[in-house]
Amino acid sequence: MVEVKHVSKTYGSKKVIENLSVDIQPGKITSFIGSNGAGKSTLLSMLSRLISKDEGQVLLHGRDIHSIKPNDLAKELSILKQSNHIDLRIQVRDLISFGRFPYSQGRLTKEDWVEINKAIHYMELEEIQERYIDELSGGQLQRAYIAMIIAQDTDYVMLDEPLNNLDMKHSVQIMKSLRKMVEEMGKTAVIVIHDINFASCYSDRIVALKHGEIVREGPTEEMINSEMLKEVYDMDIPVQLINGERICLHFK
Amino acid sequence: MLLKRKMLLLGLLATAFSVLFLFWDIGTAFGYVFPRRLVKVAAIILTGSCIAFSTVIFQTITNNRILTPSLIGLDSLYMLIQTAIVFVFGGRQLAMMENRFHFVLSVGLMVLFALLLFRLVFRMEQRNIYFLLLIGIICGTFFSSISSFMQMLIDPNEFSIVQDSMFASFNNVNDDLLGISAIIMILTGVYAFPMLKYLNVMALGQDQAVNLGIPYNKIVRRWLIIIAVLVSVSTALVGPITFLGLLVANVAHQLFQTYRHSYLIIGAVLISIITLAGGQFIVEHLFTFSIPISVIVNFVGGVYFLYLLLKENRSW
Amino acid sequence: MDIGGLTSQQQEILLVSRIPRLLSILIAGMSMSVIGFIMQQLSRNKFVSPTTAGTMDSARLGILAALILFPTASMLMKVSIAFVFALAGTFLFMKILDRIKFKDTIFIPLVGLMFGNIVGSLTTFIAYRFDMIQSIGSWLQGDFSMIVKGRYELLYLSIPALILAYFYANRFTIAGMGKDFASNLGLQYKQIVNIGLVIVAFVSSIVLLTVGSLPFLGLIIPNIVSIYQGDHLQKNLLHTALLGALFVLVCDILGRVLIFPYEISIGLTVGVLGSGIFLFLLLRRNAYAS
Repeated sequence: MVEVKHVSKTYGSKKVIENLSVDIQPGKITSFIGSNGAGKSTLLSMLSRLISKDEGQVLLHGRDIHSIKPNDLAKELSILKQSNHIDLRIQVRDLISFGRFPYSQGRLTKEDWVEINKAIHYMELEEIQERYIDELSGGQLQRAYIAMIIAQDTDYVMLDEPLNNLDMKHSVQIMKSLRKMVEEMGKTAVIVIHDINFASCYSDRIVALKHGEIVREGPTEEMINSEMLKEVYDMDIPVQLINGERICLHFK
Repeated sequence: MLLKRKMLLLGLLATAFSVLFLFWDIGTAFGYVFPRRLVKVAAIILTGSCIAFSTVIFQTITNNRILTPSLIGLDSLYMLIQTAIVFVFGGRQLAMMENRFHFVLSVGLMVLFALLLFRLVFRMEQRNIYFLLLIGIICGTFFSSISSFMQMLIDPNEFSIVQDSMFASFNNVNDDLLGISAIIMILTGVYAFPMLKYLNVMALGQDQAVNLGIPYNKIVRRWLIIIAVLVSVSTALVGPITFLGLLVANVAHQLFQTYRHSYLIIGAVLISIITLAGGQFIVEHLFTFSIPISVIVNFVGGVYFLYLLLKENRSW
Repeated sequence: MDIGGLTSQQQEILLVSRIPRLLSILIAGMSMSVIGFIMQQLSRNKFVSPTTAGTMDSARLGILAALILFPTASMLMKVSIAFVFALAGTFLFMKILDRIKFKDTIFIPLVGLMFGNIVGSLTTFIAYRFDMIQSIGSWLQGDFSMIVKGRYELLYLSIPALILAYFYANRFTIAGMGKDFASNLGLQYKQIVNIGLVIVAFVSSIVLLTVGSLPFLGLIIPNIVSIYQGDHLQKNLLHTALLGALFVLVCDILGRVLIFPYEISIGLTVGVLGSGIFLFLLLRRNAYAS
């Protein structure tokens, strides 16, 4: 289990996260929601030791993540930030193989290749595995990165706005594969997500942030309702049950 | 495999150029000329490797192909040290100074400066590597302001002594120093070796590197120190060649089109040797020593670089 | 004639040396700060200036070309050649900027300084061939001690350029927002940018030839002004000009009294103070950046 205890983060004179505590429940998809600047990405980055925190602790199985050896931590917990442009002449297959670095330090074994091929298959990247990443569309690149995380084979998977710049089809595809990972492989996913309806349809738990603090958290079915949305977004948003899913009508 | 064939070709070329340089027009005074040329070739291989190695790694760490470690003010500091010696003690002093003392002094000051710079920047909240570079460059401007002021004040004869040290040259490399440099380089190489495996991953960027379990800040700091030592040693040995690294690292990237650092580093080292040996050959036999090699290399490197920036069909 | 009880020798010094020196200090300080300001507006980057965009290095290459090709050329001729080079260099830099995807505030001046270094390497190459390293080096160093009557008047030419800049200030800012943004507001984007670059290149070459280079001046002055009074365009332009003149004047006086009877050249004082202040600005920016 990952526990966040009283963390704070200040940039200059601006408090981004203030005395925040939350538990990430294993085997579930947890979504961080909130408006721009609520501190979602900062929280996720602190959770995954990408940025340092000013106060507080993040515990993985009861141990502070900063006391765990970086290489061991990389076998437990992976993070994918919004896919940034890298200027590298590298094939999809090789990119995915980097996911095995924590295990093999760059000298790939047979077992590593088994995992890599599994990840490629899982994200349905067989046809483009020989392509160079600078020839890919945004959606393909994102899938390749997710495949890398899958090859990394960690119990905890954290994704920062994985649907950014993706069209509807690819967004659904990625959310479905996340769901599958959680259900079939027993992984725990934490995502920062903007689209409230994707959060509603695919996550088990929702953590709502505002001004660097948690407004509310709980199981999705208890969270997605007009009252909560009002509190988080300051908007009146009706919620309707369509095909068993809670859909927020936030367009008008 | 194509990459291996390219590497072989580079290896052959590097050997051919070195041999050509060693034996071309050697005449009857073999016993006199040959050992001298041998020292030059050794110096070429040493500095060429240092600069190529440090630039490739520097570009990987900064995730950028248009930067070079010479920029962090080391070149200007070296110039300032030379100018200050001439300014304070007179030109003869620079020429007379115990070679090893002078070498250790220059290397020591440059490494000290680099360490101070790294300390300053890494103590701050946002450890932005571009920020480090910009501060380095400004310190560089600061140093060159002082040196050019001193240069204006010293008399033209003395200036010519300073001018000699402004440009890298393989013509009067001291074999004592060659030995010291080789030892420092080998020690640095031994220290660097276990970190080589991180380079491919670091090329993916900081976030990915951290995700994949690399103690990023620690490793970057170590690499920067290694780079500072190598650049300082090669500068103190032959003088500043600012754009050599930029030239060879980019040619290596263009030639190999790969992310694998084993190819990039070895390739860049070989290209560097080819450039320097070929350049020195041209300097000696075409220009009859009228132009220092660093001026030519910087010129070619600069033009190639502008070409890359403007012509090649990609964005940076 | 008798001015305020001065002897004729004192009058002579005043007219031939002191007044020209004062005027050139004021004009050079104003000009360099104002063109720095224009460049920052055009590139939307607080750290771009003639020093950090290759303008100065290109102008220096131009002076070298003039010295080699037309050794007997008049000052005006030299300025014209330097101007052409400075313009081409700055233009090239803007072109490079277009191609750079990664528009980090700190990265851009880094590219500019690299570019300047490259142009500098061309200059060195040529200068070395013609054995002119030391004489081209002296152009690098700003110096007012050589300013006497008859040697500085060219500086007056930059005044109309500055007035033009004043009237175009708002348009430079809009152009800096980007081509689409400017066109949407009905502005001739290309034309405005070109006018800006011409002013920048023209003024830098004049100052470089008459005074020498004043590193970082165009960078620090506009930044200091924007710190103490925010970003108001035309008002800032005036403050920038005045503060620039004041800064150079103070530097000059410092340089003259510190090691009296000798003189520290203005290039050094501005270089040292300028790089110090620039570092301070950078560190300060870093502390407040989010």
